Amino acid sequence: MDNPTVSGSLRYRLGLTLIGGAAVLAVLLFFAVRSYAVQVAQQGQDNILVASVTSMLDAAAIRDNAVEVDIPYAAFSMLTTPADDRVFYAIFQDGTFLSGYRDLGYLGPDAGLENIFGFANVRGVLVRQVSASRTLIGANKRTEVQIVLAQTQDALSATLDQISRNAALLGVGFFALAAALSVWATAATMGQLDRLTTSVTRRGPQDLRPFKNSVPQEMAPLVQSLNSLMARLDQSLSQSEDFIAEAAHRVRTPLATVRSYAEATLQRVDKEENREAMRSMVKAIDESSRAAGQLLDHAMITFRADHLEREDINLVELVRDLVLRMTPIAEMKDLSLSVQGDGSVPYAGDAILLQNAVRNLVDNAMKYGPAESLIDITVRAEPHPHIMVIDRGPGFPSHEISTLTLRFKRGQNAENTIGSGLGLTIAKDVAFAHGGGIKLENTLKGGACVTLSLSS
Amino acid sequence: MRYLITVFLIVFGQVVVAQDWEDHQIFNAENATTSLRIVSSTDTDLFAPLIEAFVAKHPDVGVDYFVTGTAEIDRLFRDKPKAFDIAISSAMDLQLKLTNDGFALRLNGVLHPEWAQWRQSLFAFTSEPAAIVINKAAFSGYPIPRTRQELIQALRARPEAFRNRVGTYDVRKSGLGYLFATQDARASETFWRLMEVMGSLNVRLYCCSGEMIDDLITGRISVAYNVLESYAAVRAESQNALEIILPSDFPTTMMRTALVSRDTLVPQQAERFIQHLVHQQSGADKAASSPLPLLGGEAGVDRATIALEPALMTFLDALKRAKFLSEWTSALIQD
Repeated sequence: MDNPTVSGSLRYRLGLTLIGGAAVLAVLLFFAVRSYAVQVAQQGQDNILVASVTSMLDAAAIRDNAVEVDIPYAAFSMLTTPADDRVFYAIFQDGTFLSGYRDLGYLGPDAGLENIFGFANVRGVLVRQVSASRTLIGANKRTEVQIVLAQTQDALSATLDQISRNAALLGVGFFALAAALSVWATAATMGQLDRLTTSVTRRGPQDLRPFKNSVPQEMAPLVQSLNSLMARLDQSLSQSEDFIAEAAHRVRTPLATVRSYAEATLQRVDKEENREAMRSMVKAIDESSRAAGQLLDHAMITFRADHLEREDINLVELVRDLVLRMTPIAEMKDLSLSVQGDGSVPYAGDAILLQNAVRNLVDNAMKYGPAESLIDITVRAEPHPHIMVIDRGPGFPSHEISTLTLRFKRGQNAENTIGSGLGLTIAKDVAFAHGGGIKLENTLKGGACVTLSLSS
Repeated sequence: MRYLITVFLIVFGQVVVAQDWEDHQIFNAENATTSLRIVSSTDTDLFAPLIEAFVAKHPDVGVDYFVTGTAEIDRLFRDKPKAFDIAISSAMDLQLKLTNDGFALRLNGVLHPEWAQWRQSLFAFTSEPAAIVINKAAFSGYPIPRTRQELIQALRARPEAFRNRVGTYDVRKSGLGYLFATQDARASETFWRLMEVMGSLNVRLYCCSGEMIDDLITGRISVAYNVLESYAAVRAESQNALEIILPSDFPTTMMRTALVSRDTLVPQQAERFIQHLVHQQSGADKAASSPLPLLGGEAGVDRATIALEPALMTFLDALKRAKFLSEWTSALIQD
């Protein structure tokens, strides 16, 4: 069988797409959480800086015509952080430096406006600074006090590092979860395809019924095509079986007529050479007739195997009945048939098919068994129901045992015997239809032994 | 004192630029391959045992120990950060500002509790309360004051007995005195009332605890306010005349701190010295005895009330300092 051309894998493609998407989302999540944390943390620091600078401005007053800023102890105390951040400040009056750190520059606008935040580099470190101002009105002058307050960001960085670590953990966790879900989703999706594949594979060679199991919407067209393909196949198969049956039937009837003419003619012909020719003719006609019969049997079996009609039967009774009907033919060949084994083997199977199969086996045994010999037919229930037919003939050629059950295959030693080669094939098909099999072997004395076993 | 050579040197002709040192001693000069220059406000005899224990452990390191006032340490360090390796001072505020201003080296190898260090650069190693020290003779027959309020009452009750006989730090000159005064002022208004009473008694002002104790012993003054308890305790043992009172209304306790210069040439040795210092002063080493109070404090003395935090810089602000000093001056110096 040709292997299909494989290009890529749906499973990998689906899995990679889902996992890749999860990775991208996890990274986005990490950066979103981190940038939000940066905002919140910076907002927190800014709020404290504003509170501090406001309390300092509140402590500003004009006394004796001079600006006094009585910095509250709490103003710097509230800037205490776990990382001991450094604090810088500068106080200006109308742009003139009053006290604090000279390296800080006032960034703010005129008094009364919003506080101005910014980053600056003071003494080699990055600081967050806020500039704020307040207008003081003295007895005879207006003046503006401006304060710049700056703080390093060690605690903030520590917090952000912590948050980043947590965000990274969150991202990794999210990714792991999403990846696991992707794998599961991929497996679940592919599982549907696998299930369909299994149910197609598991079907018997003759089973061409449409699939009835429910499948996901996306797979419905595939199953539909499959069903319609099988319907067409089934139709063409049954057409050909019908054709074979029809053809065999049509051939058999005229053959019978020809045979009766030939028999009649044989009676009237005296010349020995002509009689011999007529005998050969009758023999050939018999052979054709038998082949046509077997073709008919085979077609019937093929049909019935698909729609097995099981009923409770007794295999021993079935075999005895058959033997009774075949005894006249056997006696004509000086053969005797003997049925042995268990007294009763009940079995649920198709009686017509089983009879057909056993008849073909006994037929074969009678064809190859030498005159005045015995054919043993044994029926047993253990270990599973089986029927064994043994003759006293030459047995199967050992190198052909494995191929003999193929259609139209005949043994090399069968050249002098009438037959189509369908007998064993029919027996095998019947055994398969009943969940069993057929086994060919030779007995120690050289006779052929065929065992038709059925499922228990 | 096997590894120790104590040499008193005259001021001039030293490695360090001419400077009025209160004291200067060199430890372990003979074996040393490197030398630590420590500038400190702690008297040599109080600190020497710690240095001796250090050089005993590290025979290759010598120590140059300079003693000067707290304000002077701050000035020297700012002017010449390279001139000294370690600064030790009782003025927590000045030390914190030095650290804040970036003069201190971060020492990640020093393990120290969070409350006793700042930025892993400034390390506290003692807990020392400020005390009222009195000459018992002046209070014979009178109740000993236990709080600031009782001291005010005692001074007001007998002004003539105490006139010219009370002393405290000149906060304009002493960094530690300024720290104590500002923290007292922050804690209670009682401080200002006490200052006014002392001012009215023509207070004597001192640069240092040692001199106040000297004058107490000689009987020149009867009461000294905000004296370092550790200094007084050493002297009180020998001088039965003194009584040390830890005010029970509110304690003012400072921590002596050490920092390593950012520009030190011997960072490893300096870090080792700080490690040694905080270890000895943690009390973990029972065998080692130090005249300095331990960081954990002794029984009855709580953890330092003055916290190592940026708020210490508040009173160092020029405007704030000017305002405080003007109030202090007007309260204390009543011409």
